Amino acid sequence: MTSGGFIERLQSGLWRDNPGLVQLLGLCPLLAVTTTFVNGLGLGAATLIVLTCSNALVSATRRWIRQEIRIPIYVLIIASLVTCIELIFKAWFPTLDRSLGIFIPLIVTNCAIVARAEVFASRNSIGASIADGIGMGAGFAMLLMAIGAFRELVGQATILSRLDMITGGEHFDGFSFADSGLLLAILPPGAFFSLALAVALKNYVDRRRRISRGTTRSRSLGRSQQ
Amino acid sequence: MSDRTVIKTGLTLAAIAAICTALVAATYQLTEERIAANQKALLEKALQPALAGVFYDSSVSESRLVVQPPHELPGNDAAIVYRVFAEQAPVAALFAVTARDGFSGPIRILVGIGFDGTVTGVRILEHRETPGLGDKIESSRTDWIFQFDGRSLGDPKVTAWAIRDDGGDFDQLTGASVTPRAVVHAIRDTLLYFDSHRDEIFSLEASGEGE
Repeated sequence: MTSGGFIERLQSGLWRDNPGLVQLLGLCPLLAVTTTFVNGLGLGAATLIVLTCSNALVSATRRWIRQEIRIPIYVLIIASLVTCIELIFKAWFPTLDRSLGIFIPLIVTNCAIVARAEVFASRNSIGASIADGIGMGAGFAMLLMAIGAFRELVGQATILSRLDMITGGEHFDGFSFADSGLLLAILPPGAFFSLALAVALKNYVDRRRRISRGTTRSRSLGRSQQ
Repeated sequence: MSDRTVIKTGLTLAAIAAICTALVAATYQLTEERIAANQKALLEKALQPALAGVFYDSSVSESRLVVQPPHELPGNDAAIVYRVFAEQAPVAALFAVTARDGFSGPIRILVGIGFDGTVTGVRILEHRETPGLGDKIESSRTDWIFQFDGRSLGDPKVTAWAIRDDGGDFDQLTGASVTPRAVVHAIRDTLLYFDSHRDEIFSLEASGEGE
């Protein structure tokens, strides 16, 4: 894997190697908390911060860390960062923390984070590792938000419900479109269906792109390729 | 690995562990006060709905009393009672009890009872009932939980503290009868306990803040 530029790292995390859509990592929190957009945003942001910081720390310490002790050190770093995030959420976003519950401390077990530490941050510069953390974290967060918004829309026919958990202020039930939604979307099977749809959509878009790129290439040979 | 590398590796591990611990300790120091304040505010806010129409001037969360099992309250774990006073005179008690006979997992219920034995409000604190069916016991979903306001042991009589399916006086929910049955029975048992232990509840010393 090449380190590449900042933009390329972002593209890789957001789309090409998206941790949720392509690597299918961290599915447990992804499926469990995405009942609303706000929940998805909360866990997505927490994961993004932990992933970026853990990538930075792992990369910064990579010269001193021997192969034999790298895993305990990743565990230490990631667990400390997650504990800090949990405390910060409890202090500044108490209702969101209650809503996400156990899934904030469980970020520790998100394989996407230790995978980035092992595969990328331990072999690349701090700058590239931070870019990778932001890209991968944002990719994961976007997927959480997309699935959260989809399940919320279909399942309870609202959007942005409980936004007050992030912004503070009065209890906000979200913009409502109908009296009730399709309950299935909120239930656990709905999470699997939504993820399957998201993966299918990504594969479809990629396929369409490949086909159209193939035809333009054969039509205009020599034109620079993106 | 030679002995030297083993020691060096161990020291690296220890140094990084120390740095990580310092990071967590610093964050804890920074957030400790806010978290404690949040928890207290959250508790006071959570307790308030079960005290509809009750005038009080005491800090509810500071009057906490823990009733250790065995007790006659619903659930077999320690139950928490908050006493509410107005000018030092007892006006109401809040019981945080657990119904064990719900559809999936324990249901934590907050039952507010006025000094005269009437229900001042009931709220569900925690549950894992089926979304869309059993979760209608939540005050934010339906007004089912409000039907207990102002009722007491004589209204209806003890044997009628049940859902209609069981010949009682209280509505059940469409598609769910196990959950409402558990809640109604928990409220009834709490009222019975309050009836027989009222003076004892208000005379005991608080067991300190918490939760």
